Amino acid sequence: MVTYIIRRLVGALLMLVIVSMVTFSIFFVIPRIAGATAEDFASRYMGRSADAEMIAVTAEKLGFNDPIPVQYGRWISGVFVGSEFDTGASIEECPAPCFGYSFIRRQPVWPDLVDRIPVTLSLAVGASVIWLIGGVATGVLSALRKGTIFDRAAMSIALAGVSLPIFFTGIVSLVVFSYGLGITAPGGSFTPFLENPAQWAYSLLLPWITLAFLYAASYARLTRAGMLETMSEDYIRTARAKGMRESKVVVKHGLRAALTPILTIFGLDLGLLLGGAVLTESTFSLKGIGDYAVQAIVTNDLPKIMGVTMVAALFVVLASLIVDLLYAVVDPRVRLG
Amino acid sequence: MSAPSSFLELRDLRIHFPTDDGLVKSVDGLSFQLERGKTLGIVGESGSGKSVTSLGILGLHKGGRARISGEIWLDGEELVSASADHVRTLRGKKMAMIFQDPLSAMHPFYTVGAQIVEAYRIHNQVSKKVARKHAIEMLDRVGIPQPDRRVDSYPHEFSGGMRQRAMIAMALSCDPELLIADEPTTALDVTVQAQILDLMRDLQRDFDAALIVITHDLGVVAELSDDILVMYGGKGIEYGTSESIFDRPEHPYTWGLLGSMPRLDRERTERLLPIKGTPPSLINVPAGCSFHPRCEYAGRTGGRANTEVPELIEGEGGHLVRCHLPREVRREIWENEIKAKLGPS
Repeated sequence: MVTYIIRRLVGALLMLVIVSMVTFSIFFVIPRIAGATAEDFASRYMGRSADAEMIAVTAEKLGFNDPIPVQYGRWISGVFVGSEFDTGASIEECPAPCFGYSFIRRQPVWPDLVDRIPVTLSLAVGASVIWLIGGVATGVLSALRKGTIFDRAAMSIALAGVSLPIFFTGIVSLVVFSYGLGITAPGGSFTPFLENPAQWAYSLLLPWITLAFLYAASYARLTRAGMLETMSEDYIRTARAKGMRESKVVVKHGLRAALTPILTIFGLDLGLLLGGAVLTESTFSLKGIGDYAVQAIVTNDLPKIMGVTMVAALFVVLASLIVDLLYAVVDPRVRLG
Repeated sequence: MSAPSSFLELRDLRIHFPTDDGLVKSVDGLSFQLERGKTLGIVGESGSGKSVTSLGILGLHKGGRARISGEIWLDGEELVSASADHVRTLRGKKMAMIFQDPLSAMHPFYTVGAQIVEAYRIHNQVSKKVARKHAIEMLDRVGIPQPDRRVDSYPHEFSGGMRQRAMIAMALSCDPELLIADEPTTALDVTVQAQILDLMRDLQRDFDAALIVITHDLGVVAELSDDILVMYGGKGIEYGTSESIFDRPEHPYTWGLLGSMPRLDRERTERLLPIKGTPPSLINVPAGCSFHPRCEYAGRTGGRANTEVPELIEGEGGHLVRCHLPREVRREIWENEIKAKLGPS
């Protein structure tokens, strides 16, 4: 068990290193291969009025002339000890953890991300609880009532849920429930949990349900398929032969086994969402990580894009690490490997 | 419908499954009796209805798509007409089952001990601690070394033989009066098979349970059974004491089963006598005797085998046989044609 945990931890760390290298390469190595010079990099951080000489000086000061590994090392060390950027005109501070410095906004990326994480976290966690409970419950009931009207109706709705994009369901539900019936909060509202939990839940209810509907649909289908498979296993017959109540057979023996693959996908889905639920945040005008990423791309603010990429990758790796560890708790056979 | 005196009695049990292709008659008019302390071996090929019968006795087809008719009497109670929930309370307590492949029959996520504790606590209102002690005793009883440690092992940490022992411990945990073992040794190594058979024989004596052993392996029933029921196409086709089935089998299908059994005392140059053809479709059951398409002697029945379903009639030595061949003809074929080929038994 201990070796398993250590192996997973090392694996997660290694994954982060690889992700950072790939991210760095995309923004600094590939343009160079494509013919970009140090001056081209520097010019992106300077106004249009800058002349060639100023750009050359800045390129030297920001270290764009250094070998690639040195630049990579500087970037990584910023995360741990912070960085300073000498633009020629001024020295910009970027304290640890420095996930980049936006020269356009003249501020480090990290504090911005920290501001936005609670929004994305609230959105993702709330929605995931709803879709996990709703999706799994629907899937189990569908499997047990296979072929009935309930099953067919649930699976049809699930198919619709998988097919409908969030910018459609989101806008329709905003129009109907927020602006029409007025029973949910309008788009763009967010109250931090610590400020007022009830208001927090109210402000996010509609985004939660809309996002959860999308995921619950695929979870219902997955759970149904998994339950149909496990309920035909020999050990289910054994449990019944013991004289166990059917409800207990379903939950304790059937669902327990069917949940493991769902757990894996759940971890990855949650990790991805924490890295930014781009469409949902845009639809509901929530200022989360996803919205930040969109802004960064729209304004072509490279350090921001890199920062948000790394944070998103961190969430995915962290989520899959947690899933791996949970897996070992759930399935004793995993502990051997 | 009157209660029989025997502990377990099946009367004309039929278990049919409606499917898209037609009605599958898995069990089609099966009757037998079994007393406490006795062992019945049910023998037949795959698809002969052996396992469906055993699951039917346990009531595991109830509530499904199966159409069940006939009577199953267990200790004075009729189970076919009893409510599903009532049969559930008997399951595991009054009647228990040992399954074929203990690796797939035990839940991979729970320890062996937890699964025995679970079986015990369904029918006994005791604390987990008491149940755990009982589980350790049961594991000890079935010959698992260091039971107080192995109780916390998972099924995948056991060897095949150990798993089957644990499975037996689980089945016996509530002291059942009827134990059904469905191919208990098929998934095991040959050396382990003998140990498990020994164990089952000992335990049956100690627990004084009625035991049904379902198998396609005549060696296993020879070891354990007092009586043998040979099934073919969902019907019992021959029934008798173990000795009479092995010494004076009367049904051509039973001859085939005996002939298919490899034996060391036979010359290598002699061929096995396999049964030709494949088991019958349970949807379009052959007209007349369901075995006639594969029967070498069907021609000697004067055409009756192709048209008339044979009744279960009393044969030589008090056992029952379902065959159109006249008794003298059967006897003659066995003595002169089959026995000679099988060699001295």
